Amino acid sequence: MKLVVAIIKPFKLDEVREALSGLGVQGMTVTEVKGFGRQKGQTEIYRGAEYSTNMVPKIKVEVAATDALAGRVVEAIQQAANTGAIGDGKIFVLEIGQAVRIRTGETDDVAL
Amino acid sequence: MKLLNKIGASLGTLGVTALLAAPAWAQEAAGPIFNPTVEQQATMVNKGDVAWMLVSAAIVLMMSVPALALFYGGLVRTKNMLSVMMQVLIIVSVMALVWCCWGYSMAFSQGTTAYVGGFSKVFLMGVSAGTYGATFSNNVYLPEYVFVIFQMTFACITPALIVGAFAERVKFTPLIIFVVLWATLVYFPVAHMVWFWQGPDFLKDSTAPNGLLWGWGALDFAGGTVVHINAGIAGLMGCLVIGKRTGYGKEPMPPHSLTMTMIGASLLWVGWFGFNAGSNLESNAVTAVAFINTFVATAAAAVAWALCDQVIHGKPSLLGAATGAVAGLVAITPASGFAAPMTSIILGLMVSPLCFFFVTTVKNKLGYDDSLDVFGVHCIGGILGAIMTGVFADPALGGQGFFDYTQFPAVVGAYDMGAQVITQIKAVLVTLAWSGGISLVLFFILDKTIGLRPSVEVEHEGLDLAEHGERAYNY
Repeated sequence: MKLVVAIIKPFKLDEVREALSGLGVQGMTVTEVKGFGRQKGQTEIYRGAEYSTNMVPKIKVEVAATDALAGRVVEAIQQAANTGAIGDGKIFVLEIGQAVRIRTGETDDVAL
Repeated sequence: MKLLNKIGASLGTLGVTALLAAPAWAQEAAGPIFNPTVEQQATMVNKGDVAWMLVSAAIVLMMSVPALALFYGGLVRTKNMLSVMMQVLIIVSVMALVWCCWGYSMAFSQGTTAYVGGFSKVFLMGVSAGTYGATFSNNVYLPEYVFVIFQMTFACITPALIVGAFAERVKFTPLIIFVVLWATLVYFPVAHMVWFWQGPDFLKDSTAPNGLLWGWGALDFAGGTVVHINAGIAGLMGCLVIGKRTGYGKEPMPPHSLTMTMIGASLLWVGWFGFNAGSNLESNAVTAVAFINTFVATAAAAVAWALCDQVIHGKPSLLGAATGAVAGLVAITPASGFAAPMTSIILGLMVSPLCFFFVTTVKNKLGYDDSLDVFGVHCIGGILGAIMTGVFADPALGGQGFFDYTQFPAVVGAYDMGAQVITQIKAVLVTLAWSGGISLVLFFILDKTIGLRPSVEVEHEGLDLAEHGERAYNY
């Protein structure tokens, strides 16, 4: 089992969700996050007082997938979230030690 | 009234005047009455004037709550939103009480000097539904309560303007004590000096003192000196004594809701029609002059600030346009009933670049932390407006000129622009010195005794929780 963590541009969320649904992915967790990479922040000016924000708003998507599906999940996110511009984000893949569905107690692949 | 006069005259020819015509009719036909008695004044009240003035008073109150509270509240950080709103609300409420207890008397009763009124009307003694206040026309009166109410709304908003200069870093109770002292020692005397006079029917042959600046011939239609310069310089003194916000210039302090600021600025614009056009005290053609001037000067200033933003920063900002609108309102205030629409537009186009320069450049160069630019917008805009009033009031530029009330009935006086501008500058300097000096002393004494500034910890946590025990937003 793999946990696919993707940091994407906020307006790409719907496309990513559709792409993953197309693969048969049953669920995902989405968080609004802030961070920075190579994309520079924005400058705000209030009556001449300039504030540059280094942190850019992003969306973090977490998807748990079976080993068989994980590769295609990464590929789908990479394609759906791609704009070709700086700041498109990153995808990380982590090993999952154990998975449990709380309602039934089912474990591992069945629980995903 | 003309129709009534004609009826009176025709009845007179029938020889029944003595039977039917009220005394006022007969006397009006003979011209205005010199030094009218209270009974005669009672017949010189116009229902249209009364209705307009009461509506004006109500919308001037709207300028404080909620307009100013929203305008200022939107500009502070989330953690200080309620502190600003609470300061405005309670200052308005306390000032209404102080106004009735001794403010009205100190501002608008006959004093023994030209600097301040007397105490003959404290607790509104002698004011009743049967007493009257003068307007700017011979033999036109308002019920005195109407005048008390209208001027009360001005006394309510002026100290509330000051709080923007040291928003986010002042203790509540010392602030309210300051406001009561400032109103007593600064606002009421300055209002008396600029606006107190005996009325157009009483000035000829009178030796009793009028307000000092009124006597000099200074023109201030709706409060450029009394309200804006007065509050603006007091704000500067406050922010200098209290000091900068912790982290000023190091950590970001962006406005938390420009949406609220926009709502506030827009309501200020609407309410300002009561403020400026209402300051004519009657409902007539000059009221419309003040109204249109208030409209177009503001529009010009909003456009001018947006253009400054566009040229200097590359983007026209909403905060800039809203600030420009307020600067335009401030600048036109003293000139509103004197200038013409096109000269008002020129004034609007002048004030925004000037205030823009002050809040973006001068403030940063000098390093004082006038949080919401009370000095940069109200004082600087007020000074420009007060001085330019001397220029734009000139009938040669389409202005209204001024009336010589020492004649009875009043006549239009000869206008000397150069002399008027000098009088305006003198009035500005007196206001700056009076308010600036006394405010500095008051802030200094309060700071050294009960303290004006909360601890750094409280400032960091935010005044809403620390001072008021609540948050603006719970979600």
